[in-house]
Amino acid sequence: MTQVIKITKGMNIDLVGRPRAVTKPAISSPFYTVFPEDFPGLTPKVAVKEGDMVLSGTPVMYDKNRPEIKIVAPVSGRITAIRRGEKRRLLSIVIEAERRNRYVDMGPKVRSLTPEDVRQTLAEAGLLALIRQRPYDVIADPGTWPRDIFVQGFSSAPLAPDAEYLIRGREEDMQAGLTALAALVPSGYVYLALRPEHAAKGLYYIRRVHALIVEGPHPAGNASVQISQVHPVSKGETVWTIALSDVLIIGRLFNTGLVDMTRLVALTGSEVNEEDRAYYPMIAGAGIAPLVRSRVSEGIPLRYISGNVLTGTQIASDGALHARDNQVTVIPEGSETHDFLGWIKPLLTQRNRIVDARVKGGQRAMILSNEWDKVFPMDILPEFLIRAILAGDYDKMERLGIYEVAPEDFALCEYVDASKMELQQLVRRGLDLLYKEMNG
Amino acid sequence: MKLLRNYLDQIKPHFEPGGRYHAFQSVFGGLESFLFVPNTTSKSGTHIHSPFDTKWSMSVVVIALIPCLLFGMFNTGYQHYLSIGENPGGWLMFLYGFLSVLPLIVVSYAVGLGIEFTVAQWKGQEIQEGFLVSGMLIPLIVPIDTPLWMIALATAFAVIFAKEVFGGTGYNIWNVALIARAFLFFAYPSRMSGEQVFVRTGSTFGIGKGQVIDAFSGATPLGQIGSAEVSPRMTDVLGMPLDYWDLFLGLIPGSVGETSKLCIGIGAVLLLVTGIANWRTMISVFVGGMVTTLFLNVIDLTPAMRIDPLEQILLGGFAFGAVFMATDPVTSPRTQAGKYIFGGLVGMFAVLIRVLNPGYPEGMMLAILFMNSFAPLIDHYVVEASIESRIKRKEIYSKL
Repeated sequence: MTQVIKITKGMNIDLVGRPRAVTKPAISSPFYTVFPEDFPGLTPKVAVKEGDMVLSGTPVMYDKNRPEIKIVAPVSGRITAIRRGEKRRLLSIVIEAERRNRYVDMGPKVRSLTPEDVRQTLAEAGLLALIRQRPYDVIADPGTWPRDIFVQGFSSAPLAPDAEYLIRGREEDMQAGLTALAALVPSGYVYLALRPEHAAKGLYYIRRVHALIVEGPHPAGNASVQISQVHPVSKGETVWTIALSDVLIIGRLFNTGLVDMTRLVALTGSEVNEEDRAYYPMIAGAGIAPLVRSRVSEGIPLRYISGNVLTGTQIASDGALHARDNQVTVIPEGSETHDFLGWIKPLLTQRNRIVDARVKGGQRAMILSNEWDKVFPMDILPEFLIRAILAGDYDKMERLGIYEVAPEDFALCEYVDASKMELQQLVRRGLDLLYKEMNG
Repeated sequence: MKLLRNYLDQIKPHFEPGGRYHAFQSVFGGLESFLFVPNTTSKSGTHIHSPFDTKWSMSVVVIALIPCLLFGMFNTGYQHYLSIGENPGGWLMFLYGFLSVLPLIVVSYAVGLGIEFTVAQWKGQEIQEGFLVSGMLIPLIVPIDTPLWMIALATAFAVIFAKEVFGGTGYNIWNVALIARAFLFFAYPSRMSGEQVFVRTGSTFGIGKGQVIDAFSGATPLGQIGSAEVSPRMTDVLGMPLDYWDLFLGLIPGSVGETSKLCIGIGAVLLLVTGIANWRTMISVFVGGMVTTLFLNVIDLTPAMRIDPLEQILLGGFAFGAVFMATDPVTSPRTQAGKYIFGGLVGMFAVLIRVLNPGYPEGMMLAILFMNSFAPLIDHYVVEASIESRIKRKEIYSKL
C-alpha cells in the first residue's frame, strides 16, 4: 500500500559538496569511540574496564534503570580509555581495534519472528538503541510496544546521502530489516518514507509495510513531519522511528547473525576535494582522521561535522563518527572572515552555495514573527511551543504538541532565525524536562 | 578595509574588561558589529545560519522609511513656501525641509540611542537594534513644529518606560514610537493638533523668511473634516480644493512622514518583498478601516460619516500606521490568524475614533496602541483554538 504526502512549507538549502555515486575503499581507523550522548534517554552505566577485550557486539554500557538496554562495541579490540567529565559524567569509551574484526556469535540465523523474539534479539545485539521513540525523541523503551514504526527511508537534509545509493546492493538486508520491524508491530504498520523517484522502482512490498511517498522540500524527510501527516502521536501513544542505514544493520543481523555496524558514509561539503566527495564504508565510532586526511582544503580553518550542517555534531579533525551518522560534512569555519558591512547585503549573498559556520548576528529576543512557520510543516505553533519551553510550563508544552516533535524539526527554524536562538537545544531541554517529569 | 580591521583589532583590548575604556564595551561592540559581521562561529546547534539577522531586518525598515522621509522634507519646504506665497524652486524647498527635519532626527536618535547604549552597557549586553526603527519613526509621526525638547522628553519617556523597563527590544507591549507620540499628545495637546503646528511658517537657519499670506490656513484635511459642519470639503493651505490624487501624492499638511501614500506604498512593497512586515496585518488594517467606513456611510448622521472609504484611508496617518506601525512584529499578535483580527480591529477603531470623536480627528495612534494591549489576548485565544483542535484530532484518530 502506498500513500502520497505533499509538504509545501520548508526549504532546501543548496550547498556545494554533494557526494558522487561512487563507493571508495573502506576506511578503517585504529580507534573507535562510543558516545553515550548519541543515545538520548540513556542513563549510562559502564560495563567494561580499561584494558578489557571486547568483540563486536559486546555490551560496553547499559542503562542504569533498564539493564536490557545495551550499547555494544562496534568493533573488537581493547578498551583503552573510559573518559569522564565533570561529576564523573561518562563522555566516551574508546576501543583500540584489532586488525581483524571478531564478532559476538549471536547464534544461528534468527528464524522466529514473534514480537518478543525480535525485540529480544535487537536488545541483545544493542540495536534497539538505534531506534528512537516519540514522545521525547529518546532511544526506544523496550518496556513499551510502539503503535507504528516510521522508517526514514531518505534524508532531505543538506548534502544528505542518496537513499537509493545506500540501499543499492543491500536489498536483502533492507527486506530482512523491514520484515523484522514489521514483526514488532502486529497491530500497527511500518511506514517507509520514500522519494517519488525512488518509490517508482516498486521496491520491497512487505506485509504491513506502507510506503509513504513524500514530496516537498526539507524537512520532508523528518519522521515528525511524516507522522503528523499519517497519524499524529497523541499523549499516551508511542511511535518508533529509525533511519534507513540502521534498518540495513538490523537486516544484516537477521540475515547473518552478526552485529556489523558498517555503513556507507558520505564525505560531503564544499571543503572536501571534488573527487573525494563520495561514499566510504565505515564502522560507527571510527576516527575520521584517515577519512579526511589529504581529502580536504588546506590553509583555512575548517569545521568537521559528523552528520549534516543542520543537525550534526561538531567534531575535531581527529574526532570520531557518531553512532547514527552516515555523513561527514566539512565546511569553512569562517572564523577569519571579516565581512565589511556584511549585514547589509544578505540579499546578494543568500544564494551563496559555500556557507561557513559563522552565526552572522548576535542573539536577540524573539522579534520577527512567522519566520519559523514558513519552514515548519506541522500543525504546531513553533513560537509558542518554544515559549512554553523557555517558561518551563509542562502543561503548555504538552498541549502545544511537544510529544510530536524532535529537536531536528527545529533545525531549519534555527537556520532562518534572525534572532539566532538555539532552538534545537531548547527543544531538547524541553523534552528532557518532560521526560524526567513523567518518568521519575 | 584591512586597515580599518587592523585598527579595530588594535584598539579592541582597551574596551574589554580591565581595559582603559571598558565602560564603553557595548558601544564598541555595537560599532564593530556594525562595520564587520561578527566572526563568531556556532558552538552548538545548526552549523550554518542564514545571513539575515535583526540588524538587517531593522535596517530594511529604516530603508523603507527613506522615501517617506525625503518626501516629508520636501513637503515641509513646499508647504512653507506655499504659506508665504513664494516659489523658490524644488531644491530650496527640499533644503528648507531638510534643515527643519534633520534636528528632529538627530535629537530622536541621540536621546534614544544614548539611553539604549547606557542600558546595554549597564546590563552587560550587546546593543540591540530596535531603536534604529523607532528613532526614525518618531520624527516622521510628529508635526514639523514640535519643539526639540519635547521630542527629547517623549523619546526618553518611550524608550525607558515603554521598552527598557519591560526588558528591551522584543519584550515591549506597545509600539515605542507611538508611545512617544502619545506622550506628546497627552502632555502637550496644543502642539500636536490644530492649525498651527503642521505647517512650519517660520524660517529655518535663516532660510525661507517671509510673511504668511492672508488666505493661509494650516489645518490638515483631516482636521477640516473634524470641524466641517455640513459636508466635508477639503482644501490645501491656500483654500484650493483637494482631490484623491493630492491626498495620494501627499503635498498636503500633516505629520512629517505620513502625507505621501505613494512613498508609503514604496516602503510597503519593500517590507512585504523582504518579508519583514506581515501582509496579513497590513491588508487587514485597510480592509477593517474601509468596511467600517462603508458602515458609517450608511448611517450617515454627521459630515464625518460621509467620507468615503478611499478617502478615509488616504487621510492622515492611516496608511502610515497600517504599513509601518501596526505591522511591528513585537507588538502585534504572533499568530497568523491573530494578525487578521488585530489588523481588522486596528482599522475599525481608527475610523471609529476619527468619525465618532468630535474632539480629535486622528484615530490611528490610539487604535494601534489600544490593539497592542490586546495582542497577547488575541494570541491567547488563537493558541487555545489550536490546542482544542489537537484534542479533537486525538478523538478523531482514536475512533479510526
